[in-house]
Amino acid sequence: MGKVMLEVNNLKTKYVTRFHEDVYAVDGVSLKIEEGKSLGVAGESGCGKSTLALSLMGYYFAPLHYISGDIIVDGRKISGMKPDDVRKNILGNEIAYIPQAAMNALNPTQKIIRFVEDVIHAHDPKMPRKDIYDLAKERFQILGLPEEVLQKHAVELSGGMKQRTVIAISTILSPKVLIADEPSSALDVTSQKMVIKMMRDLMEKGFIKSMIFITHELPLLYNVTDDIMVMYAGQIVEKGTAKEMVFDPLHPYSKGLMGSIIVPEEGVREQKLTAIPGTPPNLKHPPEGCRFADRCPYAQPTCRGMKPEVIELPNGREYRCLMSERKVREVYANA
Amino acid sequence: MRDGKELKPCLSGRGVTKVFGFGDAKTVAVDHVDFDFHEGEFVSIVGESGSGKTTLSKMLLGLISVTEGEIDFQGKPRDISNGKKKKEYWKGIQAIFQDPFASYNMFKRVDSVLLDCINMRGDKNLPKEEKERLMTEACSFVNLKYAELTNKYPFELSGGQMQRLMIARIFLLKPKILLADEPTSMIDACSRATILDMLLKLRDEINMTIIFITHDIGLAYYVSDNVYIMEHGKFVESGPAEEVILHPTAAYTKRLISDVPKIYEPWDLTTV
Amino acid sequence: MKNTIKQIFHSGKFVTGFVIFLAILLTIIIYPLVVAKDPLAMIGNGNFFKPGTYLSIQDTVNSGKTYKMNVDATASIVESKLTMDNRSMMAEWLEKYGGVDASEIDVTDAEGLIALWEEKYDPNAEQKGLIAAKKKKYQRLDNEIDGILEDVPTIIAEKNEETGELEEVQSIDSKQYINEKDVINRQNFVLGTDNFGRDVLTELISATGSSLKIGLVAGIIATVIGLFLGLLAGYLGGFVDNLILFFTNLFTVIPSFVLLILISYSVGESQRGIMMVALLIGITAWPWTTRSVRSQVISLRNRDHVNLSKLSGHSMLRIVLTDILPYVASYVVMAFILQISSGILAEAQLSMIGLGPATTKTATLGLMMQWATQYNAHLNGAWWAYFPVILVIALISFSLNLMNTGLDQVFNPQLRD
Repeated sequence: MGKVMLEVNNLKTKYVTRFHEDVYAVDGVSLKIEEGKSLGVAGESGCGKSTLALSLMGYYFAPLHYISGDIIVDGRKISGMKPDDVRKNILGNEIAYIPQAAMNALNPTQKIIRFVEDVIHAHDPKMPRKDIYDLAKERFQILGLPEEVLQKHAVELSGGMKQRTVIAISTILSPKVLIADEPSSALDVTSQKMVIKMMRDLMEKGFIKSMIFITHELPLLYNVTDDIMVMYAGQIVEKGTAKEMVFDPLHPYSKGLMGSIIVPEEGVREQKLTAIPGTPPNLKHPPEGCRFADRCPYAQPTCRGMKPEVIELPNGREYRCLMSERKVREVYANA
Repeated sequence: MRDGKELKPCLSGRGVTKVFGFGDAKTVAVDHVDFDFHEGEFVSIVGESGSGKTTLSKMLLGLISVTEGEIDFQGKPRDISNGKKKKEYWKGIQAIFQDPFASYNMFKRVDSVLLDCINMRGDKNLPKEEKERLMTEACSFVNLKYAELTNKYPFELSGGQMQRLMIARIFLLKPKILLADEPTSMIDACSRATILDMLLKLRDEINMTIIFITHDIGLAYYVSDNVYIMEHGKFVESGPAEEVILHPTAAYTKRLISDVPKIYEPWDLTTV
Repeated sequence: MKNTIKQIFHSGKFVTGFVIFLAILLTIIIYPLVVAKDPLAMIGNGNFFKPGTYLSIQDTVNSGKTYKMNVDATASIVESKLTMDNRSMMAEWLEKYGGVDASEIDVTDAEGLIALWEEKYDPNAEQKGLIAAKKKKYQRLDNEIDGILEDVPTIIAEKNEETGELEEVQSIDSKQYINEKDVINRQNFVLGTDNFGRDVLTELISATGSSLKIGLVAGIIATVIGLFLGLLAGYLGGFVDNLILFFTNLFTVIPSFVLLILISYSVGESQRGIMMVALLIGITAWPWTTRSVRSQVISLRNRDHVNLSKLSGHSMLRIVLTDILPYVASYVVMAFILQISSGILAEAQLSMIGLGPATTKTATLGLMMQWATQYNAHLNGAWWAYFPVILVIALISFSLNLMNTGLDQVFNPQLRD
């Protein structure tokens, strides 16, 4: 078992709306990522995936608020730290975050090398510019980005190139955890593949020690991450290895998600796709019992009254359902 | 081809071209494309952003003019020279757009969209109960409850629900051709299947010709009979979906397929 | 819609602006109902009476009921009666001939000065270098001071018609008071009077009303023209767009204020009523609204809901009215608010240079400013003739701009905090 890079225990955060209502977007999430491992987070929009990404950084600002729980990065507890300390000491060198529209964050009037200097100077103000340039050049070369990019302005780069540049810059300090929230969703398939390749390279070359990859594109997760975690209504409903999750999902929600995978491969045309009816619940007032009960095709009357706890299987898989594993398989076989 | 039925041409084009701007600023968005879409056919046009597929769809809909080339509608040259003829044409061809959030007038209740369709059909003078019956029927076609939609505004629906309501609208209008311009790209992966299944249902039950425009070659493979692959305003490859996608010949098609993540076979990341 | 209004009234900025504006509006409406005064009546005979209550002297004397009070009024009487000239004369004498050190003399302390004078002044003292006339002058000053100190009742006398002699009617001493309320004839000028002797407060409130009317009419005209042209240019595009854009650009590059001056001048003074000025301001202020409405419509024109509306066979008029107008409405409301504010400012500017509404029947804020400037209110220290006007103009602009910013924050989510 490798060294634990990121450990999260029962993390709870909420949004406060303009009308002072609380929305519990992340409600008791626990997870652990070891060195060299990557975790994929899947789920519909509105399930709290992106909020989880923001919450994991430990850098909270309105309307997002921290309620409780621990975030431990490589043995160092960052939950409860002052936002300024988090910004100065954690973001960039311990945790890096890449949002979907990261490429739009580049100031068009600055050369790319300036952003690299900004990132490094935020943590090491004394490092000479020449060293920074050499470091950036080397890193860009390894990651397959042309060196000339450093001397260009953002407007001269294509969307895919910009996104890859941002990823290279934000991981220049070799952070322990990289949180990527839909980093390739706005891109063409070809650029998407390049981004994915780059994320793989980052892991393989050890520039990042662990990664959380958030997307609703399940085939991507299957190809990028070791483990997949499915979120629903602010909670984890299932966690397992990528293979298990795609081919043998246990939770009815994961089953619904996996049943909607469409890839251009033989046999897909003959498959019957499944779809999940309805929409995720409003997190201002989450349902009493199982949060998925209203949309679950296998729901029993007890599901609406009882809160399901996380069941941990001997092989490390976790799922949150009132049905036992045997029952689940039985139900699926008969369906 | 399907069930051995004879193919009746529904919409075909010869040398269809669209040029934006003029002089030095000239861009050819669609460059002399030929196509034949048949009745009851599910056709996909696949291309990356900038390939000209949305421009082509706007031309097919008659929302923008055709610079050059001819489009035949149901065997006769298409005539949309004035407003009245356009209205008549739009009874035969309808569309679903990419962004469900932008497809609705946010100041109008959603049921007004369906009511507009009934009026467009020429059933303006039907009794109120009959109109409601029609709308209820259309909603149940897309698994929505009409009673839950009345008095709602677009922002109260989810993206998937909005897009389904768009299909209900098509169900009411029953055009010969439905042009679906990336109807699933803005909604969740798990709602995609629902939308695709409904499009297939439209084709199977009403024998509608569906022109499905997408950037996702996997989706095209899942739903379509025929596929047209578009690159830089030109069709680089076309034919039955199985053939084109499982045995591509054009380099562009091969690249598109290799760039999409797979789950049954390994995804080769080295070829980028 | 309901939600939007709720959000608007959650915006602190909008509410602050709205409350100020509402207060101004209510004052304009309610004040004339309570105080039925002709705002342009020339009451004061003379210009720039300072703020305060003016009592009729005759009424005061004849008020009948008097009250005796044991209040020693010497100090205040001395203070008010000893003029500054006399004080400096006293100081000069005391320093030169009374042998008092300059540092001991305090001209602001009237009682102390008089005590010093009583102690030192001697008409027979050696006053070297003084001409006889000056000596006499000091003697007269001494007598005057004695008079001030002496508590002599003021006698009111009436001339006997038969004998032609004065007969004492009333004697008033310093301990006698009357109640202000017993005086029937009095004039209350909270903000004094202006150069024509008009009550500034009443005039100001009526002027604010006229100015708002000008702003409103100008704003409506500018917004209607701007909206119409903007919708037309944006939705139709092509030649119509180019033509409208040409005129819009033409109007934008010619400074509208210069245009306003030229038109106002050529219209002639006799024609320039309030409505005429409002019209002139309105027809020179539309280009900005046109430009911004046009650019918004262009981006809306290609939105899918407009395409869908077209596919549903709706007419152009219907598409513009139901699918485009509601989307630009919030923006137009904001532009309208700014147009009102700039209309009021434009009127003030025009009036300042003498091209405002030429009428003697109504006052506007700009005209009040112009009168105050022409009669040198600032040189006369008559702050009340111009400062409240400036304050009202500033308050109106401030409140309207605040409302505009508040609306902007609601309609433009990027600006929300």
